[in-house]
Amino acid sequence: MVSFQVNGNPVTFDGEGDTPLLWVLRDHLHLRGSKFGCGIGQCGACSVHIDGRVRRSCVTPVSAVSDKTVTTIEGLAPDDERLHPVQQAWIEEDVPQCGYCQAGQIMAAADLLSRQPDPSDDDIDAGMTNICRCGTYVRIRKAVRRAAELVREGV
Amino acid sequence: MAASERNECLTEVDLGRRRFLISGATAAGGLLVGSPALHAMASAAGGGAAKIGHYIELLPDGDVIIGVAQPEIGQGVRTSLPMLVAEELDVEWSRVRIEQMPLGIVVTPDGASWKYGGQGVGGSTSITDAWPYLREVGATARRLLIQAAANRWQIEPAQCRTEPGFVVCESLGQRFGYAELAAEAAELPVPESPPTFKNPAEYRIVGTPQSVIDARDIVTGKARYGIDTHVEGMRYASIERSPWLDGTVASLDDSAARAVPGVVDVVVVEGPEPGAPFHILATGVAVVATSTWAAFKGREALEIEWERGPHTAESTEGFWAQCRNLLDKPGQVVRNDGDLDAALGAAATVVEARYELPYVNHAPLEPQNCFAHVSGDRVRIIAPTQMPSGANRAAHGVTGFPRENISVDMTRVGGGFGRRLTNDYVAEATVISQKTGLPIQLVWTREDDVQHDFYRPSGLHEMKAGVDANGRITAWTQRLASASKYYRRSGVEPDKLFEAELYVDDFPAGIVENLRLEWFDVQSGVPRGSWRAPAHTANAFVLQSFIDEVAHATGQDPLQLRLDLYGANRELPYGQHGGPTFNPWRLSRLLRHIADEIGYGDTRPAGRGVGLASHFTFGGYAAHAVEVTVGDRGDLRIDRIVAAVDCGLVVNPRGVEAQLQGGTCDGLSTALNQQITVRNGQIVQSNFDDYPLLRLADVPRTVETHILPYGDTPTGMGEIGIPTLAPALANAIFAASGVRIRKLPLLDQLKRAMS
Repeated sequence: MVSFQVNGNPVTFDGEGDTPLLWVLRDHLHLRGSKFGCGIGQCGACSVHIDGRVRRSCVTPVSAVSDKTVTTIEGLAPDDERLHPVQQAWIEEDVPQCGYCQAGQIMAAADLLSRQPDPSDDDIDAGMTNICRCGTYVRIRKAVRRAAELVREGV
Repeated sequence: MAASERNECLTEVDLGRRRFLISGATAAGGLLVGSPALHAMASAAGGGAAKIGHYIELLPDGDVIIGVAQPEIGQGVRTSLPMLVAEELDVEWSRVRIEQMPLGIVVTPDGASWKYGGQGVGGSTSITDAWPYLREVGATARRLLIQAAANRWQIEPAQCRTEPGFVVCESLGQRFGYAELAAEAAELPVPESPPTFKNPAEYRIVGTPQSVIDARDIVTGKARYGIDTHVEGMRYASIERSPWLDGTVASLDDSAARAVPGVVDVVVVEGPEPGAPFHILATGVAVVATSTWAAFKGREALEIEWERGPHTAESTEGFWAQCRNLLDKPGQVVRNDGDLDAALGAAATVVEARYELPYVNHAPLEPQNCFAHVSGDRVRIIAPTQMPSGANRAAHGVTGFPRENISVDMTRVGGGFGRRLTNDYVAEATVISQKTGLPIQLVWTREDDVQHDFYRPSGLHEMKAGVDANGRITAWTQRLASASKYYRRSGVEPDKLFEAELYVDDFPAGIVENLRLEWFDVQSGVPRGSWRAPAHTANAFVLQSFIDEVAHATGQDPLQLRLDLYGANRELPYGQHGGPTFNPWRLSRLLRHIADEIGYGDTRPAGRGVGLASHFTFGGYAAHAVEVTVGDRGDLRIDRIVAAVDCGLVVNPRGVEAQLQGGTCDGLSTALNQQITVRNGQIVQSNFDDYPLLRLADVPRTVETHILPYGDTPTGMGEIGIPTLAPALANAIFAASGVRIRKLPLLDQLKRAMS
């Protein structure tokens, strides 16, 4: 039995402890915003926050999040009305094409900005390592910068 | 697009394009405008069928729901297609919501028919095909609403006009909201004369930059893809497929797999006989479980001995040797203009080069998946697919049930790139559900996707050009040895296999008078299919690299040589997809523009250079200029990319820009790193660690896009952004370093060449 918090709610999982967090979120908790892309931590479509830091949930066994706090894309916005500045910036810059990777991209960007509120291009290169097969990278870079502005403006 | 897929698509389109419309009411009181087949369906359902048709629902609060018949694969159709309806209907775009329609199949007295016309997405056809029809839907609805208002006011329709969402009569000083009129409008007969379309100068929506309409759902994790399907009681399935091309199960011990907690069943999924058409890619063993992870673990516990199949001697090295041997002999001549041999004999200079293009995997980020439930004589399919009619056909092929008994719901699709034109994973899911009696969701792993695909064909191109003393190209030949994507495609005669590989009217056909194209059929057990901009990704690289080589070999400027060849503003016949004509001057217009933007003629320091390329793909025109710096030891830095597109009339400039940016990145990703290789009849690569896709840090900081509108009809944007990137990059590398790249992917060729 593993107990942890997801998006502010206490949850327990009584299956195998080596089950990746991603599949616990998707199949057991029915939180399907975090996506399966590669299963080996390469693409980042499964990115979530664990205790506030971005992690790849497809290679994180659920046993590793015992007593920890997990935030998924569904829990990133402060409430139903307001979006997180990164989500807002993603809409403003019209980033998504197929959209499948974008939950992971947004979780990565939110983590980056929490560490580096005014990231340089090099910081963005280093912090945004998720794969987008549609190639939305030009707009991702703009959206990260726009999100940083929104944070500074207190949005 | 493949012939069979195209045929399926055309069948749909032909049925859907009956050039008259009907209208009716939806159960919710909305107005329905669509085709007669749709009317038959509505009648059969007692008139109570809501949510059907190219339907428009006018809600009392002023919001408008517009149906989208095509699946969204990232190409932007959920935004761009409703824009066409909204424009002619005359509503505020901000009030538009959309609804994804399922596959529309209906039985009529003439047999099964498609309610909504063609619903497949491939070949960059959506916007082109929808342009007349969806505007007609919108304009007809508007006309009916005006008639309904005129009836109420007892005046002539000509005394009315519309403002977004309202019918207005100036002289009476009155107006009605559309929703108030919907029920009356739905009772009116559709006029027999075609509606009058807006003057483009009056457009409020078409031509304006609009964002992805459901972006909020995407950024909050609410958007639902195929893999997110959840149906009460469903089980999860994963298939261990033969790692050997065309291998089969020699023996199976599933006792350990069945002992894995959560595993509920194990069934064999038979692949096709070697050489037979692919309804399924490979024979495998499916494990069905109560969770995805349990299915994966059960699969790991399977003990399978494989019969290794007929291709165990196949390797990539052998593939290239086979190509070289074939090129030593004459091939199938597929175009022969003038007298090539005489022209080559008379040429002052003959330039020759060979180019190699590898197999490439589609790698959509959402792995293949499908929900299937075979129950009684019905099948329910929920799938991310580019070809929903093909999904229906795939499930029909497995079960034999009548096609109208097979429902297909389309989800948002996590990338298409041509992979999901083929519905093999739908057939697999149907087999598993039928054999187990369970509603199941089949999920592929990334390894499954990289190792089992309809790969982009690989080929060796031999080019030769003859140039006269004045620098004019008088002779041109392309000899291509390749593994055709029409391999194992039913109904394709051997002498037509080339049609997927060489488009005989591509540049410079019709421009260079002595021109011969030859094709050679390479044998390979690797499955092949349509990969975004099929054949154009390979041929644009070859043609646009070779033009550069000819220019340099004869002391000419690569830009000027292209401009000279493209010539005056005129239409040349083009018989393949994207025709019926091709105007090379439109490429010149783009080239001049990007050459100016990137400072083509500027003096640059040693080690820095600019390359250009331009190409016609599926009705549209694109060009890239790439600026690179090559270090002494072959380190490559891409400094700047300038891309330009002419896709005719621009419906959604923001969407066009997105596709051009994305296509540029896709072209770069493919050019730099992507290849699938074969060893001992097995695919070597397996995941993103050995099949690396482009990441943000690999994208130059400066990527500029330019849209040059042309004419009064749009062409699709889904594919055109890719083909010219690779040759522009190779040409830039040559300009910077003198090293000519003739083999993709680039990998470390530059470093090896300069060390």
